[in-house]
Amino acid sequence: MLLGRLIKQDWGRSILLGTLGVMCVVVPVANLLVPEDSAFHVSTYTVTLLGKYLCYALLAMALDLVWGYCGILSLGHGAFFALGGYAMGMYLMRQIGTRGVYGHPELPDFMVFLNWEELPWYWFGFDAFWFAMLMVVLVPGLLALVFGWLAFRSRVTGVYLSIMTQALTYALLLAFYRNEMGFGGNNGLTDFKDILGASLQSDVTRVVLFVVSAIALALTYLFCRFVVTSKLGRVVTAVRDADDRTRFIGYRVENYKVWIFTVSAVLAGIAGALYVPQVGIINPSEFEPLKSIELVVWVALGGRGTLYGAALGAVIVNYAKTWMTGAFPEVWPFALGGLFILVTLSLPKGVVGLVRSLPYWLASRVRYMYHKWGSLIRAKFSH
Amino acid sequence: MKVAARSSTRIEFGRWVRSCLVIVVAAGLVPCFGLEEKSAIDASFQATVDLLKTRSFGEKAEAARAIAAHTHPRTLEVLTALLDAELYTERKTDRVVFANGLDGGGFNIRDAVTGEGLGQVGRRGAKKISVNNRLRGLLRGLIAGIRLDDKDPDDRIAAAEAIADGADSSMREVLDARLLVESDAKVIAAIETALVVFDLDANDETIRLRAIRASASNLDGRVREKLTGISNDPVASEAIQEAARETLESIEETVARYKTIETVFFGLSLGSVLVLAAIGLSITFGVMGVINMAHGELIMLGAYTTYVVQTLFPRALEYSLLIAVPAAFFVSGLVGIGIERGIFRFLYGRPLETLLASFGVSLVLQQTVKTIFTALNRPVATPQWMSGSFELLDGLSLTFNRLYILIFAGFVFAALVLVLQRTRLGLEVRAVTQNRAMARAMGIRSARVDALTFGLGAGIAGVAGVALSQLTNVGPYLGRGYIVDSFMVVVFGGVGNLWGTLVAGLSLGVANKFLEPYAGAVIAKVLVLVFIILFIQWRPRGLFPQKGRAAES
Repeated sequence: MLLGRLIKQDWGRSILLGTLGVMCVVVPVANLLVPEDSAFHVSTYTVTLLGKYLCYALLAMALDLVWGYCGILSLGHGAFFALGGYAMGMYLMRQIGTRGVYGHPELPDFMVFLNWEELPWYWFGFDAFWFAMLMVVLVPGLLALVFGWLAFRSRVTGVYLSIMTQALTYALLLAFYRNEMGFGGNNGLTDFKDILGASLQSDVTRVVLFVVSAIALALTYLFCRFVVTSKLGRVVTAVRDADDRTRFIGYRVENYKVWIFTVSAVLAGIAGALYVPQVGIINPSEFEPLKSIELVVWVALGGRGTLYGAALGAVIVNYAKTWMTGAFPEVWPFALGGLFILVTLSLPKGVVGLVRSLPYWLASRVRYMYHKWGSLIRAKFSH
Repeated sequence: MKVAARSSTRIEFGRWVRSCLVIVVAAGLVPCFGLEEKSAIDASFQATVDLLKTRSFGEKAEAARAIAAHTHPRTLEVLTALLDAELYTERKTDRVVFANGLDGGGFNIRDAVTGEGLGQVGRRGAKKISVNNRLRGLLRGLIAGIRLDDKDPDDRIAAAEAIADGADSSMREVLDARLLVESDAKVIAAIETALVVFDLDANDETIRLRAIRASASNLDGRVREKLTGISNDPVASEAIQEAARETLESIEETVARYKTIETVFFGLSLGSVLVLAAIGLSITFGVMGVINMAHGELIMLGAYTTYVVQTLFPRALEYSLLIAVPAAFFVSGLVGIGIERGIFRFLYGRPLETLLASFGVSLVLQQTVKTIFTALNRPVATPQWMSGSFELLDGLSLTFNRLYILIFAGFVFAALVLVLQRTRLGLEVRAVTQNRAMARAMGIRSARVDALTFGLGAGIAGVAGVALSQLTNVGPYLGRGYIVDSFMVVVFGGVGNLWGTLVAGLSLGVANKFLEPYAGAVIAKVLVLVFIILFIQWRPRGLFPQKGRAAES
């Protein structure tokens, strides 16, 4: 039953899972086994870049779960992503050990620089991987739980909720910029050396991180798919479409919202945790409201409420960003701004919606042609 | 030809040298034929100055007093030079001279009495007239005494303060003498402060006690310092210590009170900026249900308009703001109407989509401004009448630019309320807000009302930009810092309620400024944000929610 539900697929799903599967095999081979001078070699830079896109895709999927299926437009999902990233960053920081600039066995460089005597209490335990991973899940999850419980219980909805989530990430941004917070202030956490004993600079580690990201994305997709097709998912969708009616039928709408919001935040945190070891830095700019809003555009461009559409949108926008900020850095803000306007005005269902409607459109064109030319032809032959 | 020309040049050069010589000689002779009175006063001053050529510091002090009492115009210069160790005697002629050290080790000397340049002498050619610390204190007092008779009241205040700092009680008479003829209130206050400072050190207990009592309303730092010293001074009697402590307490109280008033003022000033930034948003958000994330950029356009106006009319800097206000209203208003007609028109009833689209607009506007004006901050000048500060009470001054912006915000608010309550447009706007379908049925062209309302809100954002250009740097990202705050103000005050926006903006500003000293600027802001997030749980529709059917949608 469960397996059947997971396997019953449509095209987008097959393409997503298929691509991820192929990438899991091709990228490691092309990077590690194919010699560097070959045309089929994939550089480590590209591997890392692809891994970054996959993390963004995972983040976009998390947002789609809450926006596309529950109608909660969160403008603060970047905050959960960054918190997950910081938890991972703290683990990686502790792994540096005495290899820092100041060579202090316990304190990270920035703390030595600030003349701190000992590790703040909230840094304890982060030298253990399992604890850090627990925090990757717990910190964003708890924040989302508390915030969501407060917000949804008082029926803060729609635009108000969006602005509140934005205020949340903005407040965190301001707080994390402070040196006194103990998270490296402006510069954030960086100069990581290794993860679980493997050097972060080595190609193998990079490839492994990429594969882990791909698998995580695939699992997240299957998990989200499972959630939205479950009975609970159906109720969540009902909440999206008619909040009041669902309430009147007897469901505790706020509980469903809190639940889906928390799950989504946890997924965002996982995306952040995978992102940090690959890019090698986490700093407060990840809390920028701009980043969270940009994330919304990824989902909107791909097509909300489809999950794979969100992943597609994240990859498209970020690929365009990588290419454009390299080739025409001046034009990128115009392009991104134009994209915001274009997507909201003319692509309400995103690229996926466009592709889905393409066969219908083609069919209608063919029918039209058939009628037009067909009558002409018939007219010709009847004479 | 050439040779002839050269020789004629030489002849002319010779003539020139000769005439120069004549002039120099004549100039040298001028003092001999100079005015009788002038040379008389010079002579008497010369005699006084010559008294300095002694080894005894006591005699030097006498000489300095005599110089200070002299009416010669160069007294101040001589005393200052003596204080700064720039007064020397030339060895050869034994004249008193001003000497400026040269890089090579010699001196550039001028006569102390006539001020006439005497050329350069070697390092050993002049001998310094040495002074000790006691003499220095005396000199400072004497100089201050002379400056106390200056024409400029600011100079007189500075002189009185210098005397108070020097704490040389021999200056009392000078102060007392000046007090009799002084008419400027501020100078009188400064002199009285100096007198109190002297009296606080008096040996006579009654004078001391009186001085302590009298200083209760005095906020001068020196007085407070003296009082603190007295209250901890084991030599002073119990009564004096007690009195000093009491007085100090009352002074601290006054200072604390002033500090509070100042904080409230700063808070109101910040609040007025928030109100200016948020009020346009309140209209577009409340009336039209449109989330305009580009509102900050409309503010930024207003600030840049100020810059452009100042660049176009550099001569009319004093009036530039008066021109900039309508210009900014016009520019931002037009851009706003453009956005409404081009984008928002298609998105009514879908607030989340307007949020995204307008965010795109904000990116485009930022980048456009960056392309035209570069990413660097543009300098916007502050007119003369807006700089400086206004002294409300002694020790409590308010800066003019903040004061004017507070008044300006009130003015804009009043104008907006009038427009919405008293004009045809306002009536139509309120009608469309309450029930769009019914308003249309009554013949109101709602599309036109939408465009004009949006233009109005955008125009006010532009006007806010003019005010902000006087407070912060004008750069392409000016608006970004205000957008979240503005939304907070609108949400806190209750959407679509102008009075709510006013109350919310001012109270958030004041709250922010009161939290700042305890928590630091950043944490204060974070606390305010957290407070609003919690507040919204309690009252999801803000302080003053809209009532009636309009609120249900």
